[in-house]
Formats: sequence, structure tokens, C-alpha cells
Amino acid sequence: MSHSTPDPNDAHGSVFDGLLGSDDSQWAFGTDFEDPLAGVDTTMPEGVAPDALATYCVMLADDALVLSHRVSEWCSNAPDLEEDIALANIALDLLGQARLLLARAAAADPTVVPALPEGSPVPPEDALAFFREAGDFRNVRLAEVDNGDFAHVVCRILLFATVRLALMERLRESRDRVLAAVAAKGVKELAYHRDYAGRWFLTLAQGTDESRRRLVAALEDLWPLYPELLATHAVEDEVATAGVGVRPADVAAEVEVVLEQVLAMSAVERPDRRALAGVRGRTGRDGLHTEALGRMLAEMQVTARAHPMGQW
Amino acid sequence: MSEEPQAEWPLYEVFVRGKRGLNHVHVGSLHAADDEMAVRHARDVYTRRNEGVSIWVVRAEAITASSPDEKDPFFAPSGDKVYRHPTFYAIPDDVPHM
Repeated sequence: MSHSTPDPNDAHGSVFDGLLGSDDSQWAFGTDFEDPLAGVDTTMPEGVAPDALATYCVMLADDALVLSHRVSEWCSNAPDLEEDIALANIALDLLGQARLLLARAAAADPTVVPALPEGSPVPPEDALAFFREAGDFRNVRLAEVDNGDFAHVVCRILLFATVRLALMERLRESRDRVLAAVAAKGVKELAYHRDYAGRWFLTLAQGTDESRRRLVAALEDLWPLYPELLATHAVEDEVATAGVGVRPADVAAEVEVVLEQVLAMSAVERPDRRALAGVRGRTGRDGLHTEALGRMLAEMQVTARAHPMGQW
Repeated sequence: MSEEPQAEWPLYEVFVRGKRGLNHVHVGSLHAADDEMAVRHARDVYTRRNEGVSIWVVRAEAITASSPDEKDPFFAPSGDKVYRHPTFYAIPDDVPHM
């Protein structure tokens, strides 16, 4: 994850620098990759507390990072090769978003980055991804629960991408130009994720009795985690007031319109399930998670933690 | 197509036009349940390294191909007709893509 770190202070640096090297000839289709931060003003916006901006970036990043890992667990397990690659592509899109957002969080407030041994080459985004405890993760719990069958990952991506696409569409107007650039990139990716999941939702719902049974069961299973995606945390409220972030509650209506459309086309009833409670009102955004996250992080972080001086 | 359930999705051939390419080039094949899914699978499988700006897919069974048995009668007669190549003309500088 860390060959080349986008340096927020270097307007000319590209996230692809470390990958490209100096030899263009090895690239069969050319090297005109787009750097999402090219020409973007990386100075911190005025009028927003650095710790609030950093926490908000961590929230958005952790949603993407944790779901990316869950989706990547499908690698070599999908129903066929084509879906396997499709899911891997989605996981990589989300990982890319997480990377840019964690780097932004570290730039906004370096105190959020876990301390590593003196001289460690681990960049801040990797330190945030691999050296935080579960209680420091700010993702929604929908991203972290264990995988189920293929219908389960379809439902999870549909709910997640529908909400995140609506958020990112508004975040393109953020006063933080880096967040706006990350959002502009994310909108294109998430539009595809939502389309992918929506099509499979319809296909499974209208397929065989078995595919429909599995789809309805997966939706019932995940539905209690859906309201958390549209709840507004105090930090989100603060950065939204500052014109830097977006309140999930503000996109709830448009998210509902999209989901109702998918449900109606698929002739699937909206599940009648209550939201999964938090602990004294605290949920994933506050660092209160299901036990699935701890197990997932143990696997995701074990190698990096064993080699805090390692270069990847 | 029969209404019987099939054990495997039909095979599609995929053609991609690159950013600098002028025509679609055959890049490989894949399985998909229908045409729309084939385009999306092609996007996921064959354009994930920034290769393409346009995709064509066609059911493999819809392609009629020449047979290896006909190789000689088909292709050998043109092997010695050098005068059919337009290489004896100078191409003007303002004629592109030749």
C-alpha cells in the first residue's frame, strides 16, 4: 500500500510516481494515468478545527478501508472469474479512496497518527491503517461484519455505495479542495459500484427461487446496519457546518428514493427490522464495533505490525 | 436459444478500442449471462489497466470464421501478388493513419 506516498506539500508529486519508475516502454498502453490530486490546492481550509477535519477524513477512510478488506476476501471465492475480478476492482477502488483520505487526515492533524519506532519508514497512511486498535476505527458497522454468500456482498455494496455516492456527490463542493478532489474521483467509482450491485440485486431477486430466497435473507440480515449510514455524528455535523463535510442525514431522502426504486423493480419488500443498537447511543462512528472488526483487523494488520521497520 | 437452464453462461468475444487506437481490437473472451452483463464483465476484466475507451462484445457463436482446412485456397493465391500493395506510391504528409 505504500510504495509511493502522495506528499500533500508537493503539488507535482503523483501517487503513481513510485510505480512508473522512469521507463515508459514497459507500459503497453501508455502511462497517462490520472493523478486525482494533480493541480489541487492542498492548503488546509480556514474555519475548521484540524482535529475535526482529521476525524472526519478518518471516518470516510475507515468505511472504505474496512469494506475494501471485506470485499477483497472474496478474491478467488466469487461464483466465477468475471465476478471475482469485478469484486476485486471494487475493493481496489475503495482502497484507493481510503489511502488518499488517511493521508489527508494525517496532514490535517498529525497527532491522529499512531507512534512508530524511531526511523520507521512506514508512511502515515499505513500507520493509520495498520497500527490502530479496533476502538480507534470510525467506520460504520455495515462495513465490518463478516461476509456471507454472494447475495450478501451484493446487498452490502448496494447499501454502502448508494449512501456513499450521495455523500461524495455533495462533498465535491467541499471547501477542502483535497476532499473535493477525492470526492470527484470517488463519484465515478461509486456510480459503477452502485450500478454493479443494483443489477445483481435485480438479477438475483428475479432469478430462481433459491437466488431470491438468498437475496431476501441477506437484505434482512444487513438491514439493521443500514440506519447507521444515514445517522449524523457530532463531528460530521461540525465539519458540515464549516462547509467542509456532508451530513449523512441531508442525503437520506435521495438515498431512500434510489433504494425504493431498486426494491420496487426487484419486487422485494423493504425489510421490517429495527436498527442495530449501539452502546449508550455510541456506534461505529464512535469506535464501538462488533467483534467481527477485531478479528478482521488481526488478520489485516498482523504482517505490518510484526515489521514496524519494514519497507513494502 | 432453448429455455432449458444452461450449466454455463454463453461465451462472448471482446473488442476494445484504446485511447490512442483507431479501431477496436480483439482482446479476449469471457462468459456472461446476457449482452449487458458481457459489456460490464469486459469493463472489469479487460479495461482495468486503463486500456480502453470503448468496448464491443459479440456472442462467440455469432461469429463465422474461415476454416483452417481452407487456408491454402483462401490465402495462398495472394502470397505472390506484390503489385497489390500500394508501396510504390509516396504517401503525402497530410494523409494520416497509413
